[in-house]
Amino acid sequence: MRRLKRYLPLAVMALTVTAVQLLTSYTGTAYYLTQLTITAYYGLLIIGLCVLMGYAGQLSLGHAGFFAIGGYVSAALTTHDLTAYRNNFFITLLNHAHLLISRQDIYGEPLLTVKAWPACLAAIAAALLIAFIIGIPVLKLKGHYLAMATLGFGIIIFRIVMAGSYFGEADGISDVPAFTLLPGLTVSGDFSYRVQNYYIAWALILIGMFLLINLINSRPGRALRAIHGSPEAAEAAGVNTARYKLLTFVISAAFAAVAGIFLTHFNGGIGPSEASIMKSVRYVAIIAIGGMASLWGALGMGVILNFLSLRGVFGSYDDAVFGAILVLVMLFAPQGILSLSIWRKSIFRRRRDG
Amino acid sequence: MAKINFPAPPGRLRKMPLLSIKDLNRSFGGIQALSDVSFKVSGGTIKALIGPNGAGKTTLFNLICGNLPPSSGRIIFKDQAIEGRAAHHIARLGLARTFQNIKLYPGLSTLENVMLGRHSRSHTGFMAAMLNLPRARREEADIKEKSYAMLQMLNIADLAAKEAVSLAFGQQRAVEMARALAAEPELLLLDEPAAGLNIYETAELADLITQVREMGITILLVEHDMSLVMKISDEIVVLNFGRKIAEGVPAAIQNNQEVIKIYLGSEDD
Repeated sequence: MRRLKRYLPLAVMALTVTAVQLLTSYTGTAYYLTQLTITAYYGLLIIGLCVLMGYAGQLSLGHAGFFAIGGYVSAALTTHDLTAYRNNFFITLLNHAHLLISRQDIYGEPLLTVKAWPACLAAIAAALLIAFIIGIPVLKLKGHYLAMATLGFGIIIFRIVMAGSYFGEADGISDVPAFTLLPGLTVSGDFSYRVQNYYIAWALILIGMFLLINLINSRPGRALRAIHGSPEAAEAAGVNTARYKLLTFVISAAFAAVAGIFLTHFNGGIGPSEASIMKSVRYVAIIAIGGMASLWGALGMGVILNFLSLRGVFGSYDDAVFGAILVLVMLFAPQGILSLSIWRKSIFRRRRDG
Repeated sequence: MAKINFPAPPGRLRKMPLLSIKDLNRSFGGIQALSDVSFKVSGGTIKALIGPNGAGKTTLFNLICGNLPPSSGRIIFKDQAIEGRAAHHIARLGLARTFQNIKLYPGLSTLENVMLGRHSRSHTGFMAAMLNLPRARREEADIKEKSYAMLQMLNIADLAAKEAVSLAFGQQRAVEMARALAAEPELLLLDEPAAGLNIYETAELADLITQVREMGITILLVEHDMSLVMKISDEIVVLNFGRKIAEGVPAAIQNNQEVIKIYLGSEDD
């Protein structure tokens, strides 16, 4: 019974996702699927960050940095031509391991690059490693100091991709190839793959939500919530608070990196704006609106706001809208808008368990 | 009711020291909070730590629990040196505590607060939890059952689903006690457990602490309520200005001239 209660929302979400796709196909509005796919990838980052912020209580203003690490590493490895290094021992080794692929660029020139799968794994590994290295010193900080340190990390990543010629400087990286997950299952922005990519993105969200809902309702999840409320008492109960905070930070970074990788292959490129501080602030704002310790709230708000933003509803005031939302939420609904009294009697009542 | 494994009957443990404090010093800047404090806590006994405000009782507790490292000296728990070790590590060795200013976890129910107490006695990690593996589910059920049994023991099972920080003060103290006991500790540190309780609640607490000792748990408590201390303690250590000035059975402490002097003031004053 309890498991049914836990997973029922996931089943409802799967049905809704399917219904939306059928509806767009029936009404001839399949172009919405592109924005809904992108929205799902941002949602993946948001739910990971939600566990870190809302449950473990550790603020990060640098998560766009992990998104960018994932996207940029995968983009750079799958686009940079290695033909000139063909005789390099290391490149030969990679080639023999079948990690490289020869193809032609858009002008018909031969191109030797890393395959998408190894590039993807390398990108995840890079994000995990950097999260680990950054996390150990940074998570010793609390409150404002943690916010400042993660902000600093975000700025560093932004400046690196802006200044590094390997990362395309202000232009970013384009012509990123499609990513064939399995035969017949390809992450690509190509028109003919649109429906398939919509389902890939939302399947990732389903998997992500499954993992995180399980986490917050478990022994380590309970310990995370205890760290949030009373770190000293958590430590006295035997919780290795430093380790738990670090693991959560690394997991949320992995979610961000996976989101970055998939979205980059879907879009066929990535630019420095993905690493910008305004992106990080936006994610934090969405989680605050969703009610901090509410995975479903964060996901729901993320889907609505990112979809509106991608449809251009906020026009050139895009960032300003998110900034304003953050201010308003902090002033009038610090528990998230789902906690406002107007919802009290409705089905939207905030649920603690996820 | 779930079986909870408490250490052993008290008689068997009484002879050997469970906790030994040796020449413990701690200073904060120029202030010497503890100077060369030494004493032992024998297994299966109740030892009380008393002294006026600022005597160093809380500092001593923080050193034992691992919240602070000592400047010098040794703390031996179960034949292991634990001074300077992390608090979570010491907790896992079998030491549980309650806090003077109650520290329950906000946002967690009473039952969940007590379930946290079993953290040091369970193992499910992030991976098993995220995949909700069968062994994680089994352990979770076991944690829940034993924690609920602990609530029943303390007569607060009806509060299980309530948010712990919203409970009445006395109930919150009971939840803290349940959380500490859920860890099946060998040594229980109680930091002013009677603070804020009325005389009836204090009497219940005295019964409870005695009952806990009968389960084989050794207790070290800091307390200002002298009638409680004299009634339940097997031995008392008196601290004043960071120094141990007396140690002995309650009757001896009551008649110790120096102790009377610091508590009542000398006749010359």
